[in-house]
Amino acid sequence: MFAQLGAAIAAVMLLSSPALAESKLTDPQIAHIAYTAGNIDIAAAKQALTKASNKDVKAFAEDMVRDHEAVNKQALDLVKKLKVTPEDNDTSKALSKQAADKLAEFGKLHGAAFDKAYIANEVAYHKTVDSALETKLIPSASNPELKSLLQTGLKIFQGHEQHAEHVAAELK
Amino acid sequence: MQPGRLCLIAGVLSLAAMAVPAHAATITIVMENLVVSPAEATAKLGDTIEWVNKDVVAHTATAKNGDFDVTIPSRKTVTYVLKKAGTVDYYCRFHPNMKAILKIASEPSP
Repeated sequence: MFAQLGAAIAAVMLLSSPALAESKLTDPQIAHIAYTAGNIDIAAAKQALTKASNKDVKAFAEDMVRDHEAVNKQALDLVKKLKVTPEDNDTSKALSKQAADKLAEFGKLHGAAFDKAYIANEVAYHKTVDSALETKLIPSASNPELKSLLQTGLKIFQGHEQHAEHVAAELK
Repeated sequence: MQPGRLCLIAGVLSLAAMAVPAHAATITIVMENLVVSPAEATAKLGDTIEWVNKDVVAHTATAKNGDFDVTIPSRKTVTYVLKKAGTVDYYCRFHPNMKAILKIASEPSP
């Protein structure tokens, strides 16, 4: 739990670090971060689909794959339309690194222990991403269509956050 | 019974049978940004509910009592004819925070 909290705090700090505050994120970077964040949650959900034992946890993981794939498809269509090439950056790299660590960590867990860890991390992860969208990515986006897609994403991911909280509460 | 009266009864019956589809209303309920609006809608038996999903993700309209379970793909509209009366709480199975109420009166539209 402390490790998860630590990771969440680290991610929040990363996304609101002075380095980012000073150098404004560009649209290609924002697109890359948003897409990466979605892919991370899809990978986590796919792991959960093979490991989770609780049916609500499994259903939640299915929802995550369905929704994040749908949103990422919109994002891909949009960058194609805008002729923007998503640009890798430190935030995307750090997010991917953390996600890989989580997959390895959760890979060792089984049964109810996995279910609890996955859902707790989903709550923390969506909180982090939602806060980053609200305070960083949406305000920094210059293209109105990108901004609008991020706003749509935020609404959907806030729903996920509440859903994850509900499932987590039921597990206790 | 006289043949004329039989004919009259048959006529009345066929009129009554026609009354439902002829006057049934269509009620539009929009799902946008994971919000159902109106959150509370009233309808009558035989009316058609038209769920419009404006989101990029799929939703469902799932009755808690099991009366209906309709899937509405992203950016699609799905219609459903109400077959049972009552006050039905429904939600989206994919996003359980999306909740709404449908009040279905047993009297068909006049």
